[in-house]
Amino acid sequence: MTVLLMADMRDGALGVDATAKALGALAGLSEVHVLVVGEGIGDAAVEAAGLAGVTKVLAADSAALGKGLAEPLADLIVSLAGDYTHIAAPATAVAKSVLPRVAALLDVMIIPDVIEVAGEDRFVRPIYAGNAIQTVTSADRIKVFTIRTATFRAVGAGGPAPVETVAVPSGSGLSEWVADEVAVSDRPELTAARVVVSGGRGLGSQANFALIEGLADKLGAAVGASRAAVDAGFAPNDCQVGQTGKVVAPELYLAVGISGAIQHLAGMKDSKVIVAVNKDEDAPIFQVADYGLVGDLFQVVPELVAKV
Amino acid sequence: MKVLVPVKRVIDYNVKARVKADGSGVDLANVKMSMNPFDEIAVEEAIRLKERGVATEVLVVSIGAKQAQETLRTALAMGADRAILIETDDVEPLAVAKLLAKVVAEEEPGLVLTGKQAIDNDMNATGQMLAALLGWPQATFASAVTVEGDGVTVTREVDGGLQTIRLRLPAVVTADLRLNEPRYASLPNIMKAKSKPLATRVPADFGVDITPRLTVVDTREPAARKAGIKVGSVEELVAKLRDEAGVL
Ligand SMILES: Cc1cc2nc3c(=O)[nH]c(=O)nc-3n(C[C@H](O)[C@H](O)[C@H](O)COP(=O)(O)OP(=O)(O)OC[C@H]3O[C@@H](n4cnc5c(N)ncnc54)[C@H](O)[C@@H]3O)c2cc1C
Ligand SMILES: Nc1ncnc2c1ncn2[C@@H]1O[C@H](COP(=O)(O)O)[C@@H](O)[C@H]1O
Repeated sequence: MTVLLMADMRDGALGVDATAKALGALAGLSEVHVLVVGEGIGDAAVEAAGLAGVTKVLAADSAALGKGLAEPLADLIVSLAGDYTHIAAPATAVAKSVLPRVAALLDVMIIPDVIEVAGEDRFVRPIYAGNAIQTVTSADRIKVFTIRTATFRAVGAGGPAPVETVAVPSGSGLSEWVADEVAVSDRPELTAARVVVSGGRGLGSQANFALIEGLADKLGAAVGASRAAVDAGFAPNDCQVGQTGKVVAPELYLAVGISGAIQHLAGMKDSKVIVAVNKDEDAPIFQVADYGLVGDLFQVVPELVAKV
Repeated sequence: MKVLVPVKRVIDYNVKARVKADGSGVDLANVKMSMNPFDEIAVEEAIRLKERGVATEVLVVSIGAKQAQETLRTALAMGADRAILIETDDVEPLAVAKLLAKVVAEEEPGLVLTGKQAIDNDMNATGQMLAALLGWPQATFASAVTVEGDGVTVTREVDGGLQTIRLRLPAVVTADLRLNEPRYASLPNIMKAKSKPLATRVPADFGVDITPRLTVVDTREPAARKAGIKVGSVEELVAKLRDEAGVL
């Protein structure tokens, strides 16, 4: 029984947090080979080889794979699938695009957003925006799944495991990369942060959203947002927390001016401590909040910035 | 160019799903059902492509219970031209993709626009699986779609922000929330939709194996959070976070 784990890659660098948490999720299965792909990935391969539980690193160095295009990545993984019993990846945007494609090419089902690997062929995953938790068993010869890393503990150092270079199949030319528009920020990354401060429609404007950023900076936190705040242009799309955005489980989550729709709760209700600030005392967000403060965020947030 | 849009009938997004006490699944009896919100967005995009003269016909396909006819009628009322219902029990994304691949072989669309994810099973898989089975390129999580010549340029919502890629047609594109705002069907269009063609088929017509690969062992409620408290001031909040929760 050997798992092929596709590492989280960002422009040739290893996404250590997501990869190490995925390894944490796989701890019950035996061998894990980590696939590192992209351009100039030498350091990333060495870093992956030093994570506990990794028995081999497969390095596929190629510019064509660096942009996360689904077709060449899926072809590569299928070319390696051989004797693996499991193919997995942290549930990033890249993996959510690529692994269902891999699964279909191998004629097996995909098991997305696994929150517990309960056995060799048994997986637990949320459905209906996290309002139900389903346990499934798979009869497929290769189990292909993505791991929702938020609630798993990252593995520490181990190894080092050997690094092997793998050949990259020639491209199909079906798709080509045109441009990336990536926001650069000094703040911690949303899915890895210890503290997340999220703002909603209650902020009222993009200019007011700076209040959330100010509080986040004071707390060394990442910035999140509700869909309504993203739709209204207060915050960039990659800040969206929820059923169809990012799933986070920080030690502290502050929801400011967010009503607490099911779709938002789906992305944050596993946080350790939840704080809600809302002027409507009946807002559903208070039902999941450990500490609720009914009040006007325009008074509360500046006061918080002054007092924490 | 013909555009095919698969639409799924799911629990309405405003309804909170309830798990059956015996763990056998989610209780859908007497629950409001609607078109999957992402599929409304995909239908809207297809209609806009037709209005811009890019698409010649918008074909909607649903796989599911007889009542999925209502979902198809909604799509027809929005402006789709023709519908196919493949009547069956719930099937997995791999089986949906296999059935859709057969419809694609019959209908030869130039573009398939799916929703990014069905809000009941939260799979986020069918579009990608269909693209794989067809050997077509795919663009998931689309927030902008432009068809030019023999290709389609798609802006995608990815983890770090946005990515733009170009696919050779035919292709599969999956719609994200910010692609467009779907229109409401007007009353005259709802009336007109009643006479638009809706064909009913069964999986056996297509000769594909739709046996499930996954077995559901049980479905339960998520762990409940313990009840929280309301604090009266910012001072109190900060004190609780520092001394009681220990997170500051
Ligand atoms: C298919 C689908 C997927 C979705 N996916 C997501 C998702 O991933 N993430 C997500 O977040 N949403 C998602 N949504 C949207 C979701 O249903 C809600 O519409 C959204 O979460 C609402 O955002 P909000 O809480 O910011 O806005 P609102 O619901 O409008 O709430 C604003 C809140 O701010 C409060 N407020 C206003 N002014 C102040 C003030 N001065 N001080 C304090 N409080 C104030 C109000 O009392 C209110 O509670 C999805 C919806 C659909 C249909
Ligand atoms: N039973 C179905 N009938 C029609 N379309 C479907 C069906 N299941 C999934 N789809 C399409 O595939 C998309 C993604 O669904 P899923 O992979 O189940 O999350 C949906 O938004 C639909 O466009």
